[in-house]
Amino acid sequence: MNIIVCVKRVPLTQEVDLEIDPSKRDVRSDMLAYVMNEWDNYAIEEAILLKEKLEGTVTAMTIGSEDDEEVLRRCLAMGADKAIRVDPGTLELDSFTISKILAAVIKGLDHDLVLTGVQAEDNNEGAVGIMLAEHLGLAHSAVVVGIEPEGNEATIRVELEGGIDEVSKIGLPAVLSIQTGINEPRYVSIMGIRKAAKKELNVIELGELELSEDDLLTRTTIEEIFLPPETEGAEIIEGDASTIAEEIIRIIKEKGVSI
Amino acid sequence: MGEIFVVVEHREEEIREITFQMLWKANELAQALSHSLTAVLLCDNGEAFVPEIGDRADRVILVEDESLKNFSAERYKEILKGLIEEYNPFLTLMGHTPWGMEFAPALSIKTGLPLATDCVDILIEDGNPKVIRQIYNGKLFSKVSFKASEGYLITQRPGAFPTDKVGDRQGELIKKEIPADIPEPRKQFVEFVDTAAGEMDISQAEFLVSVGRGVGEEENIKVVQDLVDTLGGVISCSRPVVDKNWLPKFHQVGTSGKTVKPKVYLALGISGAFQHVAGISGAGTVIAVNKDKKAPIFRVADYGVVDDLFKVVEALKKKLSA
Repeated sequence: MNIIVCVKRVPLTQEVDLEIDPSKRDVRSDMLAYVMNEWDNYAIEEAILLKEKLEGTVTAMTIGSEDDEEVLRRCLAMGADKAIRVDPGTLELDSFTISKILAAVIKGLDHDLVLTGVQAEDNNEGAVGIMLAEHLGLAHSAVVVGIEPEGNEATIRVELEGGIDEVSKIGLPAVLSIQTGINEPRYVSIMGIRKAAKKELNVIELGELELSEDDLLTRTTIEEIFLPPETEGAEIIEGDASTIAEEIIRIIKEKGVSI
Repeated sequence: MGEIFVVVEHREEEIREITFQMLWKANELAQALSHSLTAVLLCDNGEAFVPEIGDRADRVILVEDESLKNFSAERYKEILKGLIEEYNPFLTLMGHTPWGMEFAPALSIKTGLPLATDCVDILIEDGNPKVIRQIYNGKLFSKVSFKASEGYLITQRPGAFPTDKVGDRQGELIKKEIPADIPEPRKQFVEFVDTAAGEMDISQAEFLVSVGRGVGEEENIKVVQDLVDTLGGVISCSRPVVDKNWLPKFHQVGTSGKTVKPKVYLALGISGAFQHVAGISGAGTVIAVNKDKKAPIFRVADYGVVDDLFKVVEALKKKLSA
């Protein structure tokens, strides 16, 4: 089974104060650390688990600058066989243009399965995988939490609301967007990343791909970003730990919970 | 006069709440634009659904067929493409739900119409639609515009708008045949499985102590469980804790887990992703403890503590054993 996994490098924003840059269209990136998008980490792990069971190859792919190769190296260290980076230069990207670029590369590669994360942590759109599927004319499903291939189809589980999973059969090849929790992504050591440096990493320039002008025109544009509107929010309990604990216990009791 | 489409979402003979929320927003937009509002219903038994949505739309386009009993992204995108070409709606609203996420992006490619996903608001500026979205897990908002087009596709975040009936509309029923040339879908429904059932039902608890990613490692769950044993509540958690297998799924609060309604909800190290917050809207009082003062949970909590959760947990244990 040959699997292609699309990954993205994103800024780490949990417990970080984000500052809006002067263009007002993005955050100031100079102070941020970058990681592999959490959903993609599960997608690459799933691909490697499937490869370990069924043989074949795993190709990791990203669109970005040289700095973004960091996430590809991580995928290679986890067990991917090769990696591809498409350099978009200064092209403006949205879900549509990203999906067009990915499709232009993937159509030339052998694939039984294409995996993406459900969404990226930065812009939370959740659209690239399914747009890509439509460009490629492949079967598709989103928010997948289980994959069991058997011959030319797979039994998949989609996570719906309220703890309900939808079980389906899907014909291969297919594009699936992977939800967190589907597996337990393996640990990657610095040593492992160094060792994987010998694996194949190809860089493709946009000009090498069969893409029209329209294919590279975004369909949505961020006009501006802004801080959430001020709301009343929580009443902050201040003081030392003991005072805080006392206050929490008082509130719990006041609300009619017996402790 | 233009038109706004709302694609009805339903499951197991019930209309999903997101449908009513989309009809609420579409009513407001239709009024502002002097457009008509059309609910698009693809199902196997329209009689069951039409009365529920009929008075919230000017028209209900019903495509009724046995094959539409269960959701199929492939059938939805084929049928909707045909209807969009026929009616040219200015806006088409769909839910940003697992199913909406499975067909809306494909429909965008199929029709050539631009799509904005997971929108928390929809505005009209100089006659053009713009949407408000949340980015970086709710820490920032963005205002997004579209490339000029005949129509626009939007998926709406569940819970962004009320479910109440507004406006006075009398849905004229328009029945359409399912197109004959729809290819057999490559994805076929098998069954629904309930993964949230377990030894206990957190939705019935009156006091929940809930842990999130901030708990750090698996061993620390025990530290919180000890507190719960002393306090007498029930332990619950947010998604990352279940993803990492630190607690079984039946403890999970949120869109993909359980909706809870305790008198008090003590959130420890939970950042407050909207999927989680959606599960606690029925809670009486929310007390949040988080190191990050900008964590979205503080926007919905009644009381907040900006501190390390373990410091607070230890202090609570000390007070209770004193």
